[in-house]
Amino acid sequence: MKTCIKKLANWDNTILEKAAKARVLLLGGSAGSSRLIFDLIEQLPGDFPLPVIVIIHRSRKFKSEIEKLLDSKSALSVSLAEDKTKLRQGNVYFAPPDYHLLLEPDETFTLDYSEPVFFSRPSIDSTFVSVSDVYQDRVVAVLLSGANADGAEGLSYIQARNGIVIIQDPADAEVRTMPESAISLCKDALILTDESIFAFIKSITKE
Amino acid sequence: MSLVEERISYDELEELISWINHIHGFDFSGYSRASLKRRVTRIMDLHHLDLVDLKGILVNDYVFFEEFLVQVTVNVTEMFRDPSFFRSVKEKVMPYLSSFPRVKVWNAGCSTGEELYSFAILLKLEGLLDRSFLYGTDINPRVLEKAKAGVYPLSNMKQYSENYLHTGYSGSLADFYVAQYDAATINNELKKNTLFSVHNLVSDRAFNEFQIVSCRNVLIYFNTDLQKRVIQLFYDSLCPFGFLCLGAKESLRAFDVTGKFRSVDKYENLYQKIG
Repeated sequence: MKTCIKKLANWDNTILEKAAKARVLLLGGSAGSSRLIFDLIEQLPGDFPLPVIVIIHRSRKFKSEIEKLLDSKSALSVSLAEDKTKLRQGNVYFAPPDYHLLLEPDETFTLDYSEPVFFSRPSIDSTFVSVSDVYQDRVVAVLLSGANADGAEGLSYIQARNGIVIIQDPADAEVRTMPESAISLCKDALILTDESIFAFIKSITKE
Repeated sequence: MSLVEERISYDELEELISWINHIHGFDFSGYSRASLKRRVTRIMDLHHLDLVDLKGILVNDYVFFEEFLVQVTVNVTEMFRDPSFFRSVKEKVMPYLSSFPRVKVWNAGCSTGEELYSFAILLKLEGLLDRSFLYGTDINPRVLEKAKAGVYPLSNMKQYSENYLHTGYSGSLADFYVAQYDAATINNELKKNTLFSVHNLVSDRAFNEFQIVSCRNVLIYFNTDLQKRVIQLFYDSLCPFGFLCLGAKESLRAFDVTGKFRSVDKYENLYQKIG
């Protein structure tokens, strides 16, 4: 696996130009991804140009207040995505536990209580695919640490529509299964260290 | 088959929707498109059909259409799903219900019946079952057959029992079903005052007056206009001071229902008709 990983310490400007045209930033992860995601959200500036959608696998058994906590720490507004509300810049939306989160063509959310994917609800794949259907190549998607293969299919779907696909370097991931599964499906993904992921996302600015 | 291939575009989905309405008289135009697209994609994958095949088989094979109807709608349900909701019903609705001479419950979009039997158990525990009647409706005749039978995989009962424990009632879920081989059959006593029948929230009207209407995790599959229509239908179907139960992520907040409903529990989306 390791040998086929294409390490990019830097990215060329065309990717940044492309990112400037994006309409959404997607963050997906499972076991071992939350610290990175939370740090990132805390550090994003209030004028970050893209709305952010976060899908983290979590149990419905534990009521989580993490959105509220992050909301108080972040310059962006952080909340659980609500059914039929419109995606807007300045917001970070978390997929609610026990529902899949989909995006409608009119850029409103739909919650979906259908079967879990890879034993996961929310699933990363279903959100990634539905967002890709709406924005096509204007998507930046990042997949992080996790213990199953959810997200790989969604990323390859985004890549096939020419969106920007970033995978956490498995060497940096607490659990490698998720990034490695995605790498095997996405030949042209940017594989970035944690540091580079931060740097890349922070360098996204409006056109 | 490549995973990245798009089976059906949004434009093609619109065609399919109007086409199904034309041939079978089922109107999906008020359904959330993203969810519908995902379901249709799943059916095409499952049966290895492209769009041309799908249309062909839908027009020629009514049995397949029934199967399509089951698979295009979401039929995922549980007994005592969201135990905190049932605890709230126990504490905030049941005391009120004892003042009604008859208790009629409508479980709209009941699927395979797990939720309706959960309500039956609640009424039984409150000593209200003998004067209660529970109606379960769905657009799928096939899932209604399963609901009527009330036979579920025994393996599901572990999760359902855990849910039950968190409702705050004593005893155990096992008091209400008989386990045989790998199946759990709901006690006849709970089935006695139930009726399952086909009803389409998109096109059918109010058919009775109820003390409780429960419709959880159905509205999320509808667009805002259809949600409005269905909420009005529930309003029309409730007796004065009757209760409306919605899913954990379905609130009336976005709708102007001032003077019609009051919130009984804003976390569990439990409402009471007041107007």
